[in-house]
Amino acid sequence: MDTGTLSFELALTFYLVAAVVGIIELYRSSKVTSSGMFLVAGAGFFVHTLSIIYRYAVAGHLPISSPHEAASFFAWCIVLMFFIIEYHYRVGLLGSFIMPLVFLMMLSSSMLPREIKPLSPVLQSYWFGIHTLFAFLGNAAFALSFGMGIMYLLQERYVKSKHLGGLFRRLPSLQALDEINYRLITIGFPLFTLAIITGSLWADMAWGSYWRWDPREVWSLVTWLIYALILHARLLAGWRGRRAAVLTIMGFISILIAFFGIKLLQKGMHVFL
Amino acid sequence: MNILIAGLNHRTAEVEVREKLAFDGPKLESGLIGLKGLPGVAEAVVLSTCNRVEIYANVNDPGSAPEEIKGFIAEFHGIAPRLLENALYFHSDKAAVRHIFRVASSLDSMVVGEPQILGQLKDAFEFALKQKTTGVLLNRLMKKAISVAKRVRTETRIAENAVSISFAAVELAKKIFTDITEKSVMLLGAGEMAELAARYLKSSGVREILVANRTFETGCRLAEEFQGRPVRFDEFIREMAHTDIVICSTGAPSYVVTKGQMHSVMKERKQKPVFIIDISVPRNIDPEINEMENVFLYDVDDLQGVVDTNKEERGKEAERAEGIIEEEIETFLRWLSSLDAVPAIVALRERAEAIKKEELEKLLGKMPQIGEKERKAVEYMASAIVNKLIHPPTVALKEASEDKDALIAMIKRLYGINGE
Repeated sequence: MDTGTLSFELALTFYLVAAVVGIIELYRSSKVTSSGMFLVAGAGFFVHTLSIIYRYAVAGHLPISSPHEAASFFAWCIVLMFFIIEYHYRVGLLGSFIMPLVFLMMLSSSMLPREIKPLSPVLQSYWFGIHTLFAFLGNAAFALSFGMGIMYLLQERYVKSKHLGGLFRRLPSLQALDEINYRLITIGFPLFTLAIITGSLWADMAWGSYWRWDPREVWSLVTWLIYALILHARLLAGWRGRRAAVLTIMGFISILIAFFGIKLLQKGMHVFL
Repeated sequence: MNILIAGLNHRTAEVEVREKLAFDGPKLESGLIGLKGLPGVAEAVVLSTCNRVEIYANVNDPGSAPEEIKGFIAEFHGIAPRLLENALYFHSDKAAVRHIFRVASSLDSMVVGEPQILGQLKDAFEFALKQKTTGVLLNRLMKKAISVAKRVRTETRIAENAVSISFAAVELAKKIFTDITEKSVMLLGAGEMAELAARYLKSSGVREILVANRTFETGCRLAEEFQGRPVRFDEFIREMAHTDIVICSTGAPSYVVTKGQMHSVMKERKQKPVFIIDISVPRNIDPEINEMENVFLYDVDDLQGVVDTNKEERGKEAERAEGIIEEEIETFLRWLSSLDAVPAIVALRERAEAIKKEELEKLLGKMPQIGEKERKAVEYMASAIVNKLIHPPTVALKEASEDKDALIAMIKRLYGINGE
């Protein structure tokens, strides 16, 4: 096993442990589970970073050129964003919702062919790195807001149903969940928009047209419209709370469809998102 | 050294009796000094709250001390001793340790888990410390009681759940809003429970309190009490657009806020969440508005339901707390029984030191010619022999065991130690 594979497998294992500990934390909270999850997730992030650096060094470009690499890099971005959000807001229990997602993402990555293929000439461009980086960071922010959306719906159910058991006490307030969710979208949306702009500029340079109705492009547009609607409706009509939460969940599902689904339908120029 | 607790609480005495027996204000100091002055009392701490009066004492004779203390209380407060007959309870030894641990951990409180009692106990102890009425035993007991209470609080969730309607309302408000100090409250109508809830919210630091009452003057008076702003009753709907928490208790026979009205309020608020507490019976707010997004409506029964579940939860946590307390009683009693051996250990050491000194003087008297260095060496050797010889019995004495008294007697006899 080479260093790259080893560190990838290690990261996968750490994320699995973090996800399991995170789920245990939901049912039986203790100091061991809450700080343990962070430690294990941190360790996973560290080795994961090593595996990405290794692949970068071997391939000579950002390792997002195959579905395996893309899923792995997506997971990495989510963990990065998770630590940033935790550092700023200390959202209780967020990790319990995010780490299982990270693990599933890594698991799907681990099942895809891993060989490093030379970058096809059309992808050998400056734009490749910029476009994909924007796209992934934006999507990672949306992934986090997906988690916040689920937590919002859960907490709202507790308050509305007037049964204040379960996670009621440990989940943050509804307002906090809603506001952090909004904050994440205001981070993710500009990044995602930049990804679409840089993507079409790049497409123009590579293929001579800005937009080619490639299925992935269409689906990205759908995703973009969902998030644009979330922001628009919030600012103008005060769509917040449950509606915002439901829309962010839908938005992320749309991202997952674009990520995994379209690949199965048709081979476009996008090896990844 | 015997721990004795004499006390009365909300279960044993009516408030009229508790009032008469309270050690409040200057009575605390004179009462404490009076207690310490009793011939049978070596140490004393007095805890006096509205729900209990308790005297923690280190007494010389646990047989006669209760009567002595009872007599003192009656005399001090100027009431007939027979009035105390049923009100007063006494605990000694293990039961006393258990009692103070339970009191400190708020297991003996009227509202189990209420947090004030620990602070009151700390104050009582600090006051007694200042008056110098405590010693080794009570210092240790009080400190232990405080640390046990802290352990109970961190290891169980006994104090976490609100068990009154007003507290439950505040707790909910904190799960709907991030920062309650940015929020405004409107009191719609008046009533004991509504005012209590408003008071709790006020003490949690809400930004503003509005008061709308059908009788504007009453509203003004209430507003003044809460340092709030009076609002005319016919304008309250307009104010709701800027109010985050509404407490309603108007006594109106029908709904004062309908679904339609709430829709326009929410539109004007740009769907910002609002928490409505309807304490009125019959209800004053259309219960259907709870189905609207970002509107959270609780009526009295809902809040009572929350309180009931919380109480159940507390009951479970209280059981865990009792377990922790039993554990801690054992460690405390172990320390206490090691204390019994202290005089014997001291006597043993004194005896050994005396022998050493005597023999050294004899020996050194016989050889005045030896130098400083040799004299030091001889003294060193004598000390070493003494220490090594008395080490095993000292350890045996310190270790708690059931036949400790016999052991102490035996050691005294073997080493020829008299007294104590």
